[in-house]
Amino acid sequence: MKGTNEMTIIFDSRSENEGFARVSVAAFMTQLNPTLEEVADVKTAVSEAVTNCIIHGYENEIHNIEIHCMVRDRLFIVEVKDTGKGIEDIEAARRPLFTTKPDLERAGMGFAFMEAFMDQVIVESKPKEGTLVRMKKTIGKGRELWTTQSL
Amino acid sequence: MRYQLQENCLTIFLPKEIDHHNAEDMRETADSIIKNQHVKYIIFDFDKTDFMDSSGIGVIMGRYRTIHYLGGEIWAVHTNERMKKILTMSGMTNILQIYEEDTL
Repeated sequence: MKGTNEMTIIFDSRSENEGFARVSVAAFMTQLNPTLEEVADVKTAVSEAVTNCIIHGYENEIHNIEIHCMVRDRLFIVEVKDTGKGIEDIEAARRPLFTTKPDLERAGMGFAFMEAFMDQVIVESKPKEGTLVRMKKTIGKGRELWTTQSL
Repeated sequence: MRYQLQENCLTIFLPKEIDHHNAEDMRETADSIIKNQHVKYIIFDFDKTDFMDSSGIGVIMGRYRTIHYLGGEIWAVHTNERMKKILTMSGMTNILQIYEEDTL
C-alpha cells in the first residue's frame, strides 16, 4: 500500500532511553514533512508515555518497552507498550493532576499532555498484564505554504 | 546542573532537555541549595532549553511549594515559544511569572 510505513523499536526501561525513544520517533516521522511544532508535540507525547512505562508500568525495574510507529498517508500513529503492572482505573489515571505517586513529585499531567499534543489517545490496559497507549496525529493540518505568508 | 546564587535569589540554568531522566538531578541540587542558603526567590533560566515534559512541571511545582511556604516567588526567563506554551498549558503561569525582556 502506498503511503504506508512502519517501524518498531524495543529498548530497556531505563530513564536514559527516554531521550533515545523520542528522538527515534521524531526521526521516523520526518518523512511526513512535519512542522517543528508537530515534531515537538509528538516528542513530548512519546516522552510522557515512555516515562509512564518506566515509573508506573515497571516501577523502575528493567524490562522491555516497545514502540511501534505507523504512517498512513498523513496520519501518524505511535504505540507505546509495556508488559508491566497495568492500570487499575484508566479513567482516573487520565484525569489531570491524578497521580499514584505524589511522593515522586509527579505532576499528574502525563496523559493530559499526551491528549493536548496528539489528536487522539487510546489507552488499553489490564492489571498485571501491561499497558498500551496508542496515539494518533494528522501531520500537515495547519500548515500554510510559506508563499502565502507576507514576507 | 549550573546555578548561581546572589543573596537570597537562586538562578537555575536549565539543561537543553528536561525529562524524567534529569529531573531527579535538578530536584536534588536545587533542594540542597534552598535548604542551606535561605533562598527566597528562584529564577528558572530556560535559555538553553528546547524540550520539557511534565517531569519538568513536577520539578517546578515542587520547588514552588517550598519557596511559597517561605514567602518567596519563582520566575521563568528566556522562555522560547514552546516553553511558554508548555508552562501556560500546565497552569504554571498561575504560580510563576514569565519575565519578558525587551528585544534589543
